[in-house]
Amino acid sequence: MGIAEFFQHLMNGLTLGGIYALIALGYTMVYGILKFINFAHGDVLMAGAFIGLFVFDWLRGSAPLGVWTIISFFLAMIVSMGLSALLGVFIERVAYRPLRQATRLAPLLSAIGVSFILSNGAAWAFGTRSRKFNYPFDNTPITIAQVVITPHQILILVVSLVMMIALRLFVNRTRMGKAMRATSLDQPTAMLMGINVDRVISLTFAIGSALAAVGGILIALDFKVYASMGTMTGLKAFVAAVVGGIGNISGAMFGGILLGLLETFGVAIFGIPTGLKDTIAFGVLILILLIRPEGLFGKVEKEKV
Amino acid sequence: MWNFFLLILIYTGIYALMALGQNIITGYGGMLSLTQAGFFAIGSYATAILATRYGWSFWATLPAAALFSAFFGLLIGLPTLRLKGDYLAIATLGFGEIVRNVLNNWDSLTNGPMGIQKIPMITIFGFVVNPYKKYAFLVVLSIAVLVAYLLFQRLARSRMGRALAAVREDEIAAQSMGINITKYKVYAFILGASVAGVAGSFQAAFTLSVSPGTYTFMVSVMVLCMVVLGGMGNFKASILGAFIIQLISYLPQLTGLTAVIPPQFKQILFGLILVIMMIWRPQGLLGREQITYRKKGGKR
Repeated sequence: MGIAEFFQHLMNGLTLGGIYALIALGYTMVYGILKFINFAHGDVLMAGAFIGLFVFDWLRGSAPLGVWTIISFFLAMIVSMGLSALLGVFIERVAYRPLRQATRLAPLLSAIGVSFILSNGAAWAFGTRSRKFNYPFDNTPITIAQVVITPHQILILVVSLVMMIALRLFVNRTRMGKAMRATSLDQPTAMLMGINVDRVISLTFAIGSALAAVGGILIALDFKVYASMGTMTGLKAFVAAVVGGIGNISGAMFGGILLGLLETFGVAIFGIPTGLKDTIAFGVLILILLIRPEGLFGKVEKEKV
Repeated sequence: MWNFFLLILIYTGIYALMALGQNIITGYGGMLSLTQAGFFAIGSYATAILATRYGWSFWATLPAAALFSAFFGLLIGLPTLRLKGDYLAIATLGFGEIVRNVLNNWDSLTNGPMGIQKIPMITIFGFVVNPYKKYAFLVVLSIAVLVAYLLFQRLARSRMGRALAAVREDEIAAQSMGINITKYKVYAFILGASVAGVAGSFQAAFTLSVSPGTYTFMVSVMVLCMVVLGGMGNFKASILGAFIIQLISYLPQLTGLTAVIPPQFKQILFGLILVIMMIWRPQGLLGREQITYRKKGGKR
């Protein structure tokens, strides 16, 4: 493998990983606070992609590629983030909040129900055929020193980087972010300190869902939009969250990028057949659970009675 | 019409086997497994391949199917069940997808998306159980469900059943009482997997052909719904749940409204059942079975 080829795969892996990281953040934030896997997260991503697609097509009309299509693309992304955030908050309010005091199994089962309702509801409302998300700009690849980069990949890298930095700043520098960290650390104590835990949880779902919507739109540009698109992507993003240490925000970012690189290089170097590409994430999950179940950046939690 | 009802009863039987397995995993052990479809598929393909390629009789493939499923159950269960938390749910979710992926792609063994046809019918001492006639098949299947039910019912009252219940209620307390929690969780998971393999065997012998399209994630969710709807931790309820869910899923055909009711109707309904049951009736229709232990010779 030449150096150019290496950088080519690196670039492809990074873009794929950036998307995984965005989605993994939603899993890890919810897990950090509520200690449960939000199975419906992948389907919120699907909803976000659909909303983005519809708003973009509507705004753009039949305008030729140009400044307006780019503006309408970002407008569509913002609308989709907002609506997906509302959807996430709504799901939490209706399907998870009543179960906060219930057995551990109850919210998980409820989440699977929500996921099933969303994906099949979408299949019913929008049909089962997959739709193409039109490029908002000319996607002719650029060659820089033998490495082929599409403008789309640049878009993914820039958007995911901006989102991740914004999230970091929000969590580390703002009052609300501090409240979020406190709630994740110790819910009853946070409550006693005057933090409105319900609001923090709603906010967590809103942010996670908005990031999932961005991930959905970015993935849709390459892989089309269809009702069951969230299942496999969601699963992989969850693996990314576990690899980084679930509950850990930087871990999820790192895990996502690592998984993207592993998938790209797994096919390119180790010759794993493309049909079994999806199996890589699963193998990584089993491996990490065997070797380091707390994830690369996770802390070992001592159990207390 | 009557014929159609028999069909529903047969599918109730096949799914009841899976639901019994899901109940020991989820209802007793409190573990969330999302891959009864995966073990179902492994059981079906074990029977299909052994019968068509190596000429095994159905009765020889049945334990083989159970063993294969149990083996794969051990493979996923061992790494994930050692840990606290819900890794099993994700690992099993992935496993189900991978089973289908492999069935679709391993052409030399599974014949890919085309599947395997011409699976021989069940024979009992020369008597052919023709699935097209349904009655005989229903009798054989009912016996299998009954045997599985009685076995699981006994199991729930055994040391293992009590250990599982303790693990479900409080892992730390169970551990300090000297219960090896991983061991019992893995046992329960393997048992649940193998009975799903048996269900797969019957499925193959009933439809006489197998193809990957049958074993989707929806099957796993349906089975989960059966257990939740009937009542977790109650084997009778699992069978009742299997019947109700099968009735619902054939409702469009039963009422002749296939043109009006969208094909996603039942899936959306299953999703709603899960959410609504969790919020308003987490114990299910029949509730958990209370087991009373009687002292020898003493009063209750």
